[in-house]
Amino acid sequence: MILITGEILERIKIHGEKTYNEECCGAIFGTSYNNDRKINDILEFENEKEDSRQNRFLISPAQYNFAEKLAKEKNLELLGFYHSHPNHPAVPSRFDLDHALPWFLYIIVSVNNGKAENVNAWILKEERSGFTQQAIKVRAGARTRIKAGSEVN
Amino acid sequence: MSVRVLIPTPLRAYTEKRDTIEVDGNTAGEVLKNLTGKYSQLQKHLFDDRGNLRSYVNIYINDEDIRYLQNEETGLKETDVVSIVPSIAGGTDAVVEEIEEKVKSRNIRLSNEEILRYSRHLIMPEVGMEGQKKLKAASVLMIGAGGLGSPLGMYLAAAGVGRLGIVDFDVVDETNLHRQLLHGSNDVGRSKLESAKETIRNINPNVLVETYETRLTSENAFEILKDYDLIVDGTDNFPTRYLVNDACVLLGKPYVYGSIFRFEGQVTVFDAKNGPCYRCLYPTPPPPGLVPSCAEGGVLGVLPGIIGSLQALEAIKLIIGNGEPLIGRLILFDALKFKTRELKLHKNPDCPICGDNPSIHELIDYEQFCGISYEDGRDIIVDRISADELKQKLDNNEDIFLLDVREPNEYGINKIYNGYLITLNDLPDRISELDSSREIVAYCKVGGRSARAVDFLRKTGFKKVKNLIGGIDTWATKIDRSLPRY
Repeated sequence: MILITGEILERIKIHGEKTYNEECCGAIFGTSYNNDRKINDILEFENEKEDSRQNRFLISPAQYNFAEKLAKEKNLELLGFYHSHPNHPAVPSRFDLDHALPWFLYIIVSVNNGKAENVNAWILKEERSGFTQQAIKVRAGARTRIKAGSEVN
Repeated sequence: MSVRVLIPTPLRAYTEKRDTIEVDGNTAGEVLKNLTGKYSQLQKHLFDDRGNLRSYVNIYINDEDIRYLQNEETGLKETDVVSIVPSIAGGTDAVVEEIEEKVKSRNIRLSNEEILRYSRHLIMPEVGMEGQKKLKAASVLMIGAGGLGSPLGMYLAAAGVGRLGIVDFDVVDETNLHRQLLHGSNDVGRSKLESAKETIRNINPNVLVETYETRLTSENAFEILKDYDLIVDGTDNFPTRYLVNDACVLLGKPYVYGSIFRFEGQVTVFDAKNGPCYRCLYPTPPPPGLVPSCAEGGVLGVLPGIIGSLQALEAIKLIIGNGEPLIGRLILFDALKFKTRELKLHKNPDCPICGDNPSIHELIDYEQFCGISYEDGRDIIVDRISADELKQKLDNNEDIFLLDVREPNEYGINKIYNGYLITLNDLPDRISELDSSREIVAYCKVGGRSARAVDFLRKTGFKKVKNLIGGIDTWATKIDRSLPRY
């Protein structure tokens, strides 16, 4: 079960629409308990991929380290990452599978013709054979907002 | 000796939730080996099936990526900290995923006969059963069944591509045989499509061949292209290339491009979703006549065999979704020097069809775009003379100066009596060799270049100059059958 606020969900969608027709990406922060994840905030990242941004995203090691550091500072966990699929369904691709890490939550938003539509959440299966789709529950509630657009070198 | 290893969040599930672990080892490789020895479940997430570090796993020693040191051989000191830092990547793969979807939805399987036939593919993990099923589910459209189309059709069929479409409207002639291996000596005079279909059926009867006996036009391109996963281009003219490119961009299909000229070839994959398109590379066509076709400029017979094979290779890579496709990379091959060069191609943000603000949203008139009608010579209105008339005049001993505007090599093959050779390119510099008081008849192979020569001479002040209709080719067919044709 994934708990997320409507406001964070909306921010992920807006990010996908903003970068359309290129992929957007960002980090997800919150807390975990067994298979449940409670999302407290997200952080938008620049897509570091130099080319093919219409169907590829890359979060660099430096950005990754920044996300880990930030999670520690905020006393949260780095739960995973989100990205958009422009004109493509919100399901993980073969490429996503090849590059997925265990335990992490992968949220994918489909953006069709500039409009964000479906949002799905996935976690890699233990044997790396595919992803398990996670139920998303939208909750109300306040959260601490992590400053978006923080600089990462 | 032991060093500290920092574990990223997602892998802590396998390290008893610890973020720092002391591990023995004198090199980065030894540390990783001992780490996965201790926590065996880490192995499959850090390394692929062949034991190579996964591409998104970065190993740092302090602040340095080991790729910039001595990789896994990098030596360690007691105070060093080894960090495992993932880079997070993802995205979509349009073509291969659509094909994978077809494998699933159509429940594509291989028969025992197919398993045996493709066994040398199947035993390689990079292709395997999954890749072979994708090839079977895939459909590829070939534009042209000529020089490039020959290796393309033969290798794609042999590799087991399920459905092959071929667009061509030509008939096999003798001059095709030195390079177009889809067709043999017995096929001369037959439709290229019929001949290609027969050759392909003989290579692999499992392949469904669909033929389109027509010129590809702005009117029929969408209809023909839309049902294929990818397009391979074996055309030899610019209007068709721009047409194929634009149709592929608008339909969102990748386009495997190849071209040949004399001893040089080019190959790349244009896929506007993932990289540049043909217009990003060549925004405007070259001036008509600058780049001769194979018929005019010649081509080494084996060259389309090489370039077409490279195109088939790229098509297969796109279908099985493995390897690094030539998207954004143009390969130039010089057969005489045996040199290859790789140029990086960038998407042009101002590209009129795949850029940020495209101005082209539908197919246009490509003949006009390429300026073909005028410069090709077909439309130049000049005084003309038929082969019969010329023969009569020569038989009557009329004073006629025969001007041959072809290339010296062509002149070496055949000529009309003692035609005087000045190539079209040299004509402006050697015009003083011509006597404007005499009647001049210009000829070339089929009449295009000589029409331009006549037009030029007229504008320069020559009054008595005519173009031989159909060139030496018609002369050799109708008047002097002893002449060789080429």
